[in-house]
Amino acid sequence: MKSLGSIRRDFAPWNDPNAKPYIQFDKVTKKFGDFTAVNNLSLTIFEREFFALLGASGCGKSTLLRMLAGFEEPTAGRILLDGQDLRGIPPYRRPVNMMFQSYALFPHMTVENNIAFGLKQDGMPKPEIAARVGEMLKLVKLEQFAKRKPHQLSGGQRQRVALARSVAKRPKVLLLDEPLGALDKKLREETQFELMDLQQSLGLTFVVVTHDQEEAMTMADRIAIIDKGEVMQVATPAEVYEAPGSRFVAGFVGNVNMFEGKIAHGEAGSASIDAGNGITIRTENAGDAATGAAVAFAIRPEKIKISSTRPAGAVNAIEGEVYDIAYLGDMTVYHVRLDDGHVVRASTMNAARLAEDPLSWNDRAWVSFRPDAGVVLTR
Amino acid sequence: MNPTWSRFNITSIVLGFAFLYLPIVLLVVFSFNESKLVTVWGGFSTKWYVSLFHNQGLMDATWVTARVAVISATVATVLGTLAALTLTRYTRFKGRMLFSGMVFAPLVMPEVITGLSLLLLFVAVGLDRGFLTVTLAHITLTMCFVAVVVQSRLITFDRSLEEAAMDLGAPPVKTFFQITLPVIMPAIVSGWMLAFTLSLDDLVIASFTSGPGATTLPMKIYSQVRLGVTPEINAACTILIAVVTVGVIIASLANKRREVQRQRDEQAAQRG
Repeated sequence: MKSLGSIRRDFAPWNDPNAKPYIQFDKVTKKFGDFTAVNNLSLTIFEREFFALLGASGCGKSTLLRMLAGFEEPTAGRILLDGQDLRGIPPYRRPVNMMFQSYALFPHMTVENNIAFGLKQDGMPKPEIAARVGEMLKLVKLEQFAKRKPHQLSGGQRQRVALARSVAKRPKVLLLDEPLGALDKKLREETQFELMDLQQSLGLTFVVVTHDQEEAMTMADRIAIIDKGEVMQVATPAEVYEAPGSRFVAGFVGNVNMFEGKIAHGEAGSASIDAGNGITIRTENAGDAATGAAVAFAIRPEKIKISSTRPAGAVNAIEGEVYDIAYLGDMTVYHVRLDDGHVVRASTMNAARLAEDPLSWNDRAWVSFRPDAGVVLTR
Repeated sequence: MNPTWSRFNITSIVLGFAFLYLPIVLLVVFSFNESKLVTVWGGFSTKWYVSLFHNQGLMDATWVTARVAVISATVATVLGTLAALTLTRYTRFKGRMLFSGMVFAPLVMPEVITGLSLLLLFVAVGLDRGFLTVTLAHITLTMCFVAVVVQSRLITFDRSLEEAAMDLGAPPVKTFFQITLPVIMPAIVSGWMLAFTLSLDDLVIASFTSGPGATTLPMKIYSQVRLGVTPEINAACTILIAVVTVGVIIASLANKRREVQRQRDEQAAQRG
């Protein structure tokens, strides 16, 4: 069965009309002076979900997180957690914990005291605190660093301490503000999987803010794409990538080739799009776009085939000239300039070590794609 | 010959250090002079140190100075820290510019004016001049220095530390005492030391605001010098220099050790 669903097969409360929302942003607006950081935004997050807020810097995603933590109050609207309105509840009485982008480790305390800080505030008995701290240190594999101060740790170790500290109180919701932003690429990839495992094993609800789409795609059950304080789309990573709701989302997540045009003839989801300069694109993913509507046809580079001759039987094939080639090892990216000047990006997995049909700069080439490979965007 | 030790360099260093330290060296040397005449060497002796400890006037003045310095530095540190907190944290209140200007004005205000205006105030409210008025005056003088030192630390203070503490369940007051205060403590301590030193060697403001029975050491030394420099004063100054030197050496050694330790820790962290 073909679907664009969640990776966790049995977990999709957002498709269940009876599922109880856990966190609700209800028409939330936040203004700082004249600047509107969050604009009449509504969003629902479910229990045990790994939810990502994805957007460029300054889009308002961090403000959402800070409102949930209690550092900012909404100018208008409500935020509900497990049915309870959070308005007026100070950060130190909210059952959420946050992992800060800067880690915010207390520099004058050892690793264990950092982790124990939240537990002490709750007045937990000492033996229990010691046990919980030990458990947390084991969880993040820092047992032998218990007595160190933060400045005696490497960046990756600090990140783990910050994580241990924020989950030590077993919060209902863990908020992560760019949790992997300060790590190098390799460490970041490892830590992504560790975070996912942690979320699964603790059964917590995670809300992560990130500007890194790869990070969001890897970790999250669902992603909300935020722009200028508004939600552009909320969907699973696969949906966001394969069925973007708008030109903005298609362009924001991953690489995309965009053809602006008009629906020349459409019925029952199929359509031909007149993209100008004699280019006609046939697609099966036109949705309910009406004939004559101005639309964009979006197609991902890996769904475009490139060849030196016109492939036999191809529905969509356009001729052009190879203009740039980027060899990345696992794949090769071709930039093909079509005869109307439009540049199309096509990527090919290098499944074999040697290419059968080698293309070089300035070669004539055909780009082709199946009618179900792209999507039609009306917004 | 090593080019960095050229004749020119040696000459400059000798001249420079002579300019800085010759007067002090002379003072120290003559404090061990047997002769009563300050400028004539009459052999080695420590008798002026002995007689210094029997000079009740100087001893009283030292005691007054120490008490004034400790009390005023402590009060000024509390007030200065509060002012610095307000100025860095509540950046949007009305009249903030005026307030910050007023806090820092005493930094550039001529001491004579500060002293005179304080004197007028104390006379106007009918406060008898003495220990209390000197202490109050020194608080006024040193508070802004503390505020400057603490404020420069607070500007670089990562507010997310406080947010993290609150997020973990600590109410604001607890957050302040458990997180903010320990982190900015080194700045507060140096603010206190600065205030202490300023109070210790202030002559001008003390002269205006002090009264009978509350003569500070600088006032005492100054008034005695006007009657003629005695080797006793040399001895008193030598002790002061020794105290300050030992303090500076301890502080810099501690600093250096911390620095070395920090570097070692960081290297250990890189490895581990």
